[in-house]
Order: sequence, then structure tokens, then C-alpha cells
Amino acid sequence: MATETGRDDFVIAIRSAFLKKGTRQKFSLFTLLIISTLVLSLEYFKSGPVDTFRSIAKDLIFKGSFFISEPFVYIKKNYYNFKDHLQMYEKYTELKNKNYNLDSLKNENKFYKSENNRLKKLIDEKNIYSKESLLSKVLLDQQSPYLKSIIINKGFKHGIKLGTVVKEKSYFVGKIINVNFLTSRILLANDLNSKIPVIIEPSGANAILSGQGNNNYAGLEYLPKLKKIKEGDIVYTSGIDGIIPQAIPVGKIIEINENLFVEFFVDFNQLKYVSVNK
Amino acid sequence: MAQSNLRKIYKNFIHAFPLLFIFFLAFTGFDLTFFLFENSFSFNFIYAVIFYWVLKKPERLGYGLIFLVGIINDVVQNFPIGISSINYLFLCAIASFIRARTLMPNLLYDWIFFLIAIMIVSSVNYTILTLVFDYPIKYGTLMFSSFITFLIYPALSKIFYQITIIDLREENAQ
Repeated sequence: MATETGRDDFVIAIRSAFLKKGTRQKFSLFTLLIISTLVLSLEYFKSGPVDTFRSIAKDLIFKGSFFISEPFVYIKKNYYNFKDHLQMYEKYTELKNKNYNLDSLKNENKFYKSENNRLKKLIDEKNIYSKESLLSKVLLDQQSPYLKSIIINKGFKHGIKLGTVVKEKSYFVGKIINVNFLTSRILLANDLNSKIPVIIEPSGANAILSGQGNNNYAGLEYLPKLKKIKEGDIVYTSGIDGIIPQAIPVGKIIEINENLFVEFFVDFNQLKYVSVNK
Repeated sequence: MAQSNLRKIYKNFIHAFPLLFIFFLAFTGFDLTFFLFENSFSFNFIYAVIFYWVLKKPERLGYGLIFLVGIINDVVQNFPIGISSINYLFLCAIASFIRARTLMPNLLYDWIFFLIAIMIVSSVNYTILTLVFDYPIKYGTLMFSSFITFLIYPALSKIFYQITIIDLREENAQ
């Protein structure tokens, strides 16, 4: 008898949780769960009016998010400025102590440039950099353990395509993974799911740059053991996948606890403007 | 007059605090991620807010608005649209069920039930994301984030309790 009452109470509690509308509640949980499932099933429509509607809704939410986040972005920017100011004296002393022979470095640079041009003419190489790039403003900076991405203010209206490479100055930032009407999402190179084919110079070793969720460095997978790679070697995109152009500088090799990592040239915390290859 | 207006704004702010807070969390994707010993730690504040307010003061958070928060969260976090809504509504259902079954509520019970609730919700989330959408997500990271959220629940619960008290005081003062 007592067991039956207990079971009845249990059923009543479940029914009340899912079906009962509380004070000021317009919908029951059951109705909303069904609506959510229907909305989720719309994810299977990757084109047509559903996709257009989704794209516009995303644009609106991104714009709203941009305005709400603006005061916090301002605080973050000032925090980094303040941090830079605190380190100014240390950096000044460091630079002062370094013996730079600027004139000789300039001459060396000129020599390498002219030699590079001469060699390029000899092998009749095509220009690997796309000259057409689109400068875009970073609207949102979404950095959580699940996702390291940024939202930019250019979408398919501006000619942005899926998979396009994104750079800051000439350094690799990431690639476009989602394009909406007015905005796009970029998957940063440090995201856990980011795998970029790279080449390490001067050894010429090929590897896969694998994001580890860390803002400063990423790991290297499939690194050949016989190649001699040392700290300070430069890592470029290899272009083997046929999607990402080759020779975009990504970072330099660093060693942490006898393991090799790639320290990014780009500071992912302070991205304000990026250029998207068209 | 100005003081009375300020008082009114303050009162409305306190009254609508849970709603404003979850919308703020969803729009900004704020999760207080930090690195410690080469590991990334983050909290899911939305879970704690929804669980606490649905358990203690369900009239402050409409289910429809929680559904909307889920949609916004999905867009900001790049999840399939609708998945967070399902999670949050499941959490509401569990909190509502516990409310109906508990005669003598106390923080310790709430804390343990919160752990059970977020473990169920995270598992549902992981199952849908991996089985239906082939979404690349690490089970360990997801569960670890849920566990960290569980650890801070008592602190958040105390803060929310103080807000409820202030809200009650403002209502009674009227």
C-alpha cells in the first residue's frame, strides 16, 4: 500500500514538472521540449529558406552580443594596456642590453630580398599570396574550452567563403568555419579541433599543427623523428591539404619539458582586425 | 523624485536579476575560463542560475525565456541550435521535480541534487552532440566543467539567497 502511494507521488511529481504551468508561465516544459526538438531537427536543412532564416537570426544575435560585450571588451583592452605599461621598463632594459647592429641587419635583409626575387624569377614561381584580401573587424571573441573562435563583421554578402584563410598582418590566425549573411565565424589555430598541415623550416619537416586550447602555443603531431628540429625554427603552413595556401607563417618552435610546441606569432587575446583571403 | 526613480530602477533590477543575469551570460558566453597546471577550467554559470531559481523562485524565470536563452547560447557557442534549450529545459524539469518532492529543503540536499542534475543534463548533451551531430567534443572536458560548476554551487547559492532576501525586503517595503 505504502509502495503504491510512493509510486503515485513520484508519477504526480513528474507529471507536475513536465505538464503543469506555474505562475506567470505561458508554456509547459513538455511543449517547450517539443519545440526545442523541432528547432534542433531544422539543423539538417543546410540550404533554402530555413538556412537563410538561421543566418539572419545568427547575425542579429551576434550584433546583440557585440553591443552587450562592448563594455567588457573595453575593460579587457585597458587591462592589457595596463599590463603592457607595467612591463615597459623591463622590456626597455631588455632591448637596451641587446646589441643590435641595425645597419648590418638592414643590409643583410636587402641582400636576402634581392636574392629571393632573383631565385623566384629563375624558377618562374607564381605568387602564392592572394592579393585580394578583405579587412574585417572582430565583433566577438569566444574563447571557452570547447571553442576558440572569433566572429567577424563580414559574411557571404561580402564574398566570404567557407574554409577561407584568415590572417593578422601576414600571420596565420585560422579559417572560416561558418558564414552568415553579415557575419562569419573563424576557428582559431589554437582550438582543440584545429588541425593545420605545416612545414618546419629550415629542416623541411612536415607535421600537423594541433590546437590544444592554449592561447600561446599548440602541439605538433606526426613529427618525423629523424629530422633535426630545434628551438626557434619557423613553422609555415604547408598547403598540402589544398585548401590553406602554403608559406603563411604560423609560429616558432619552443621546447617545454623536452616536448616541441609551436609558439604562435599572433596574440589571440588581442585580435581586433583580421584580413580574410578572397 | 530622482531618488525615487533610482530606487525604482534598483528594485526592478533586483527583481529581474536572474533573468538579466542569464541573458547576459548567454549573450557574452561568459564562463570565466582560466588555465591552471596546463589545464583549462571553466564554469557553466547558466546551469547554476537556472537550477537555483527554478528550485527556489520559479516565478522569476519563465520557461519560455529559458528556451530563448538556450537558442542564444547555441548561436554564440556554435552548437546546433536547440541543443542548449533542451539541456536547460531538462534541468528545469529536474529542479521542478525536486521542488515537488522535497519537504525540508537544505543546501546540502540541493548541492547533491545539483550534481545529479548536471551529470544527467551533460550526458544528454554529449549523447545528442556526438551521436546525432558528430560534434567533436571531449567527454572529459564537458564533465570536468560540470564538476567545477558543482563545486562553486554553494557559493553561488549563498549569493542568490542574499539577492532573494533583498528582493523580498524591497517588496515588503512597498
